[in-house]
Amino acid sequence: MTIGLEHYLVLSAVLFCIGLYGALTKRNAVIILMCIELMLNSVNISLVAFSSYIVPLLLTGQVFAIFVMVVAAAEVAVGLAIILAIYRGLTDIDASNINLMKW
Amino acid sequence: MGLAAAFWIMAVVAVIAALGVVFLRNVFRAALALVLCFITVAGLYITLSADFLAAVQILVYVGAISVLIILAIMMTREVQQGSPANRMKIPAFIVAAVLLGIMIYTVTQTPWQIAPESPLSPTTVPLATKLFSESGFILPVEIAATLILAAILGAIVIAREK
Repeated sequence: MTIGLEHYLVLSAVLFCIGLYGALTKRNAVIILMCIELMLNSVNISLVAFSSYIVPLLLTGQVFAIFVMVVAAAEVAVGLAIILAIYRGLTDIDASNINLMKW
Repeated sequence: MGLAAAFWIMAVVAVIAALGVVFLRNVFRAALALVLCFITVAGLYITLSADFLAAVQILVYVGAISVLIILAIMMTREVQQGSPANRMKIPAFIVAAVLLGIMIYTVTQTPWQIAPESPLSPTTVPLATKLFSESGFILPVEIAATLILAAILGAIVIAREK
């Protein structure tokens, strides 16, 4: 059985849904960020799979994946800085207890 | 045949590592499972003949982002408390399962236009011409550089001691 585009897309969907479940259920803010990274990685897999199966000579999907990586790196840097700032103020990073901006 | 075996090994390890990220009690072990998942994704890029992206994946994700995450775990001392779930466990599971079903149905039912050519390899030189040429993506590259600079400055300002 040869590996086709569908295999990569189904794998990407499985990883995305695992990351989605974790991001929705976890209380530790660092774990939530890790699950978001997992989801971004699964999107990258499907972009690269599209690039190499549908337009193998254009590489557009790989360029998109590079920009996703750039945004993910920026996001994780700012996100972890926010988590550290919250931890310094509240000594807790439980996402259920951080309700300063809730009304 | 070898490619298929590599794909299946990488896919199984990636899914197990992703489940480990979500279900492991110890936060530090969850971070190590995330690193394993990043490494298998790099292997998947190699099976897709995206060699440059595989190297970037190892450098950026396995090298930099995992170090940042482990540093944050150590500075917040949450390792002992584990990663408990909130009250939304069952609704979140239903949402994720329904979304997975819809996506798998859509992917398997769509008639994809598979191109007959084999993908480019090596990809580094074509990617560079694509990114930096006049007709390519030079403006998004500049915007991404500005975004990275802004993110670094923002992270320093937010995380600095008052």
